[in-house]
Amino acid sequence: MTFFRPSFRHPDLPPNDAGYYLKDYEGGISTLCAGCGHDSTNAAIIQACFELSIPPHKIAKISGIGCSSKSPAYLLGKAHGFNSVHGRMPSIVTGANMANRDLLYLGISGDGDTASIGMGQFAHAVRRNLNMVYVMMNNGCYGLTKGQYSATADKGSVGKKGEPNMLESIDLCEIAIQLGAGFVGRSFSGDKRQLVPMLKAAMSHTGMAFIDVISPCVTFNNTPGSTKSYHWVREHSEATNTFDYVPFKQEITTDYEDGTTESVVLHDNSVIQLHKKDSSIHVTDRRQAVDALEEHKEKGLILTGVLYIDPDSEDTHRIINTSRQPLNTLGKKDLCPGNEALQSINESMR
Amino acid sequence: MIRILVFFRENKITASAGVTDLKPTNIKDIEYFHKVIDCQWACPAHTPVPEYIRLINEKRYDEAYMINWVSNVFPGILGRVCDRPCEPACRRGRVEDDAVAICRLKRVAADNRKENIETFFPPIPDRKNGKRIALIGGGPASLTVARDLLPLGYEVDLYDDQSTGGGFMRSQVPSFRLPERVLNEEVGYILDMGVTTHFNHYVSSMRDMLAKDYDAVFVGTGAPKGRDLPDLPGRKDGDASIHVGIDWLASVVFRHVESIGKKVLVLGGGNTAMDCCRTARRLGGEDVRIVVRSPKAEMKASPWEIEDAEREDIPIYENHVPVDFVVEQGKLVGMHFERVEARYDDQGKRTLVPTGEPLVFMECDEVLIAVGQLNAFPWIEEDVGIEFDEWGLPVLKEGTFQSSLEHVFFGGDAAFGPKNIITAVAHGHEAAISIDLFCRGESLAVRPLPKVHLEGQKMGVHDWLYHNQIDDEHRQAVPMMDKAKSLKDRLLEVELGFDQVVGHTETLRCLNCDVQTVFRFEECIECDACVDSCPERCINFVDNGTEEELRIRLLAPAKQLDQDLYVSDVLPTGRVMVKDENVCLHCGICAERCPTSAWEMQKYTYKIPLAGHK
Ligand SMILES: Cc1cc2nc3c(=O)[nH]c(=O)nc-3n(C[C@H](O)[C@H](O)[C@H](O)COP(=O)(O)OP(=O)(O)OC[C@H]3O[C@@H](n4cnc5c(N)ncnc54)[C@H](O)[C@@H]3O)c2cc1C
Ligand SMILES: Cc1ncc(C[n+]2csc(CCOP(=O)(O)OP(=O)(O)O)c2C)c(N)n1
Ligand code: SF4
Ligand code: SF4
Ligand code: SF4
Ligand SMILES: [Mg+2]
Repeated sequence: MTFFRPSFRHPDLPPNDAGYYLKDYEGGISTLCAGCGHDSTNAAIIQACFELSIPPHKIAKISGIGCSSKSPAYLLGKAHGFNSVHGRMPSIVTGANMANRDLLYLGISGDGDTASIGMGQFAHAVRRNLNMVYVMMNNGCYGLTKGQYSATADKGSVGKKGEPNMLESIDLCEIAIQLGAGFVGRSFSGDKRQLVPMLKAAMSHTGMAFIDVISPCVTFNNTPGSTKSYHWVREHSEATNTFDYVPFKQEITTDYEDGTTESVVLHDNSVIQLHKKDSSIHVTDRRQAVDALEEHKEKGLILTGVLYIDPDSEDTHRIINTSRQPLNTLGKKDLCPGNEALQSINESMR
Repeated sequence: MIRILVFFRENKITASAGVTDLKPTNIKDIEYFHKVIDCQWACPAHTPVPEYIRLINEKRYDEAYMINWVSNVFPGILGRVCDRPCEPACRRGRVEDDAVAICRLKRVAADNRKENIETFFPPIPDRKNGKRIALIGGGPASLTVARDLLPLGYEVDLYDDQSTGGGFMRSQVPSFRLPERVLNEEVGYILDMGVTTHFNHYVSSMRDMLAKDYDAVFVGTGAPKGRDLPDLPGRKDGDASIHVGIDWLASVVFRHVESIGKKVLVLGGGNTAMDCCRTARRLGGEDVRIVVRSPKAEMKASPWEIEDAEREDIPIYENHVPVDFVVEQGKLVGMHFERVEARYDDQGKRTLVPTGEPLVFMECDEVLIAVGQLNAFPWIEEDVGIEFDEWGLPVLKEGTFQSSLEHVFFGGDAAFGPKNIITAVAHGHEAAISIDLFCRGESLAVRPLPKVHLEGQKMGVHDWLYHNQIDDEHRQAVPMMDKAKSLKDRLLEVELGFDQVVGHTETLRCLNCDVQTVFRFEECIECDACVDSCPERCINFVDNGTEEELRIRLLAPAKQLDQDLYVSDVLPTGRVMVKDENVCLHCGICAERCPTSAWEMQKYTYKIPLAGHK
């Protein structure tokens, strides 16, 4: 058994703009089942952080409980981290985010962690449009507790135990759009070409960026009858669009036919250029986004891609008008401005 | 799981000139995985290096010795003085800074082998097969032919003009690098197998030799002539103090020369020059200098030999072309040199251009000329039917070492000019195969194939039969004899070798490049686990393309062009798996993280054919 990843890395791998190497974004060696989709999702997160040149210590990775929620052990070894209790990741991120708004908050959760025990937490974090990237690794089951169907398992899907799931499934993307998330996407752990740029766009967005990553459980839910298997997802997914993530400062060079390209400028002035299959659907239109999801579901297809963006969304800090300076850096002088200041406030209220 | 693959030899498939996609790699090509084992591939005798390194790691020195003995015949000798082409090739040198100390590990096996290792040697049949072979020259090439043929029942007669066997290993390689005891042991093993020796016997006529009706004759007489500088002014007048390097070294070994003047100039930049200057230091030379025409960076000597010379306070004067010997009153007093500078044309061809500075004068008492070696066959008559080419080398059939006279074979330095011991051994093996086929009346072109097989290394879900954890240890330094002491005695060995503990540490640096990553595309579900877990980013799932274009497009650029890309058949998503073999650590993590065992770690054994193999 290999417990430590060898320390050697390919000598020709270049550093990123901030001078970090890919290795600086790695974590410990995975103990998940071999072939678990979560590992690929983690690799995509590592790649996205590397490509965006985010200093690793400017990231906080926070999770709940589950195989997916073990991810903080497997990525971003130099970032801040907290492996919280089941379903409680959003509260911990909320607290941390309130204290220090200057970090990139990476919430990692599973479909069980989010859609069952953590459903309430999820709903309210989205409602508040908390500034975070919420990665929900969706395998349709509770992997860690041996594969019981989760609330995202499709009705009729058949996992390893052979009995079909009889309950209606929850589509967290639809709910996220309805509850006010400013960025919603769906992707597949086995498609890094789509997932990495999507993660980068999500990291550039200010406010709740929710990504549902279908991430097969090889051990309990990769059966021929499962709608969350590698095979099924590959056969039944359809992308709304292909898109390029163009970081701020980089010249936009791609050139598509009129009408099929839609550019969305994100908060940090980076741009998402979408090359759409259907030019009438606008990614910034909430109603159309939900309709598109429902239409594909009716056809038995999984819709992937950037589903919805509100480039002007306001995050919790803006909504509740907190101090621009992170709260954890405010000293006693800022917090207790003294009697004089109190008197002047009182005065203004008279 | 062990799968049986039937191997065959085929030329490597290469993409046809930039237009087509890469074809799936044919891993049944006998040389494909062999090539991945960089050290073994680079070794002229294809010694299974990682296999013996693992045995040393397990303190199984006898077996490690025998693996070497079978392939390279002189493990104790080569463990000290091999030219070690394996080390610059070693993958570890690309993964971190330094190669595995392969050569020194070979010596660990030799130093720690049991006393009567001969009991492991193949038996020599009492009943002979009736075929008589003559070997001319007693160097490593001839000795290898003898070792390979004696167990098959051949009668072998060896002729050499020296008083005992070993060839240049004895007369040239100084004892402070190769002690006589080590040489005697390993040469003795072969002579004791039943060689009939004719020492102190200079063969002066090939015609006479052919008249003795041997079934085959092997010429392993080396490149015995040292190049001189006969036209340099003063050469004749100073003759008493000017020596041809290889002749002088032989005189030292055979104790005809016991001392040298205090000031010595050694001309030349090859390994012979290094041996000359270091020997001169031990015979009383105090101011010993190497003077070379070329820039130092282009000297032919191995880097470690240059290092060793410099460690013994021998300065190297580069870009100095000898002009004349200065002889006063019949006595050599020094030499003049012209300073030059290397210039290169568009093709990279070098010319040495004089700088125009005044001539440099260097005082000296004696000069050693070590500017190259020549083949010389004055004893082979022109009309015996052996053809020579314009450079005076025998015309040989490719791969068989057979000359134009069908029962005369050449090998070692006599075949293609001066090389090294391990090359002479490799020639010896091939020549022995040819001689055996010839004596049995079979075609020399249909040669025995190497013995190869793949063996799964999986023991449990995450357990391997080999040590797959990658060690971070740096190359171990070899302890050396105290300099002052070793300069007083030319017989004292300078390198002391690794002890068992240091040797063990060094073995762990080997990456086990013979444990191959074998990909079964039918099993792959394209989950990416191997891609994500590989620390070296070797593995890719990509759209196919031309080799040139793919090499740039992979996760890590594949710039080492002599390292193959392992390409799979087309997978369900239409992509192919492409693995760059270059810096793979053979750590097995890909196989551990693969859910379907599409990746397997399998040990590839490649044993060269020897005479008598089918
Ligand atoms: C100074 C020096 C240092 C070297 N150091 C190294 C080293 O460290 N490592 C290494 O790998 N290689 C080294 N080499 C090269 C190596 O010694 C040779 O490449 C190797 O020995 C060649 O082997 P061989 O069997 O072809 O012939 P040789 O070893 O040259 O043996 C040929 C033998 O044939 C004898 N002979 C020649 N003509 C006749 C004849 N007509 N009748 C009878 N006998 C004859 C010669 O005297 C000699 O004994 C060195 C060479 C020199 C000159
Ligand atoms: C409060 C609490 N309830 C129940 C559990 C048991 N439990 C552990 S993980 C898990 C479900 C995890 O499912 P998911 O979030 O989908 O993660 P996966 O393992 O599938 O990635 C449950 C129910 C727990 N750890 N804590
Ligand atoms: S690492 Fe070991 S097996 Fe690989 S080339 Fe070097 S010595 Fe040979
Ligand atoms: S053995 Fe596998 S995981 Fe290890 S370096 Fe080679 S390809 Fe990568
Ligand atoms: S881990 Fe195995 S199944 Fe997964 S992509 Fe690699 S080879 Fe294929
Ligand atoms: Mg789950």
